[in-house]
Amino acid sequence: MSVIANTSGTIAAAPAPFPAAVALEVRNLDFYYGTHKALNDISLDYLSRRVTAMIGPSGCGKSTLLRIFNRMYDLYPGQRAEGSVLFDGVDILDRALDLNMLRSRIGMVFQKPTPFPMSVYDNIAFGVRLHERLSRAEMDARVEDVLTRVALWKEVRDRLRAPATGLSGGQQQRLCIARTIATKPEVVLLDEPTSALDPISTARIEELLDELKRDFTIVIVTHNMQQAARCADRVAFFYLGNLIEVDTADQIFTNPREKQTQDYITGRFG
Amino acid sequence: MFGGSLNSERQMTTVSSVAEPAPVMKATKPSFWQGDQFFRLVVLGCATLVLLVLGGLVIAMGVGGLQAFRVFGLDFVISNVWNPVTNQYGALAPLFGTIGSTLIAVAIALPLAFGSAFWLTAIAPAALAEAVGTAIQLLAAVPSIIFGMWGFFVVVPFMAQHLEPILHHSFAHTPGIRWLVHGAPFGTGLLTGGIVLAVMITPFITAVMRDVFLVVPPMLKESAYGLGATRWEVIRRVVVPWSRAGMIGSVVLGLGRALGETMAVTFVIGNANTIGWSLFEPRNTVASLVALEFPESPAGSLKLSALLALGFLLVLISFGTLSVARWFLREKS
Repeated sequence: MSVIANTSGTIAAAPAPFPAAVALEVRNLDFYYGTHKALNDISLDYLSRRVTAMIGPSGCGKSTLLRIFNRMYDLYPGQRAEGSVLFDGVDILDRALDLNMLRSRIGMVFQKPTPFPMSVYDNIAFGVRLHERLSRAEMDARVEDVLTRVALWKEVRDRLRAPATGLSGGQQQRLCIARTIATKPEVVLLDEPTSALDPISTARIEELLDELKRDFTIVIVTHNMQQAARCADRVAFFYLGNLIEVDTADQIFTNPREKQTQDYITGRFG
Repeated sequence: MFGGSLNSERQMTTVSSVAEPAPVMKATKPSFWQGDQFFRLVVLGCATLVLLVLGGLVIAMGVGGLQAFRVFGLDFVISNVWNPVTNQYGALAPLFGTIGSTLIAVAIALPLAFGSAFWLTAIAPAALAEAVGTAIQLLAAVPSIIFGMWGFFVVVPFMAQHLEPILHHSFAHTPGIRWLVHGAPFGTGLLTGGIVLAVMITPFITAVMRDVFLVVPPMLKESAYGLGATRWEVIRRVVVPWSRAGMIGSVVLGLGRALGETMAVTFVIGNANTIGWSLFEPRNTVASLVALEFPESPAGSLKLSALLALGFLLVLISFGTLSVARWFLREKS
């Protein structure tokens, strides 16, 4: 797979000294809900171990695009994608792809915390057990490791066996992130992960993203432009199913090339 | 025109009329007929009526059965003699048949209903799921007398000629269960009753279970799929635990229907007031015994009282089933 420095030109604000590898390579992607075309000819690279934020008004296709990366749309009849999304040299849209394997390598966190109806411990072990056979001690270590990474270990170490639904909303969402990284994915998709959380919980999740991008490629859909500005290395702006502009966060928020981008970030529509 | 102190009032009035002078908001007490109080009394009356009917029903059964309970005492429940000629009445045999046929029915219907509901909600293409879902609802609406006749003309001969001989030959010498297949394959009997009941309650349980599965939040299921779980793993580890309460509810609905079912069972169970291990021998159920013997029970007779006492026991069993289900639900939450 080729190594692309920065598809949008400017390299000044790139946070790393080395050009980053491309984790996901989207080429000429169209997406349809039945006969309605929701994405038009999208081509975009997602850099490895960077946070890429996707912004745009409701219905612009950003969540649709996110749900292509783990083939979530496959659950629903009538939804189809055309084009290609290369991940580790393989086309994600390939019909013959092992979806369970794909989803263990590209994890997802949702708009609302979705703890499973089981204990805190089992919420994490659930995903791991689907793909790996671990001894009791190894599983314990994995659970502690991921809970520590999402800064939840100290809060839940004494109630690992309690139902996960008893945690607060912010704790539940961090548990869901822990559950997602427990299967050791390469890419973590976040679909407006803080939209149901209070400002303090939101801040903690945002801090967490900074930490997680050391190991994971992060793609986050957000309605909150401050959040995109705070967390993202790169920002992609979508409008009506089209990719309008993708650039470093600095560039998008201080000096966007496209007028539509400027109108959106200054709140003129959206 | 408006003083400063009226500012807030002015804002309020602008909502309805802009240029009018501000009317003073007066707290008028609504009359009894248009107020909340009247409505409250009406709905309280409805709710109370339901309770009264329920209580009246149980009491009527209990009072009617009092004579039988007085004469036989505890023997009424633990004796399996039902002999109108000698005026000896015991409820054990029909109780055994009722509970036995219901358990068989639920044992058969539960996996069938679970599989159907699972297929309908997780696997079937949308158009097909809708068609089959409608068919299941139609099946649930078939009157029980139809199941009775179908059972008599189709299931009974099939049981007598095929299933019972096969079961008998297969298990007649298997220790532990050989008593279950003991007896002549007449076709009518406890097992046939259970099977016809199962066919009857499967659509009920399926319909409720499907609805229960459908209300599981899509995002919760997607979370499990998103971790790489298969459909079966999502159902088993997420959907079923999440909807356990509703699933128990669906089974209780089926149980309740099977316990009280009369016509479908009367045709196929054989109507013999006996107790035994054999699944093939004719038995009887409470509902079917009452239906058959009620016309031959003169008012004031001990037999009529015994039948009413049977009804009382049936109501108690139904309540007991519901209470057990409630207890399960409470433990869960």
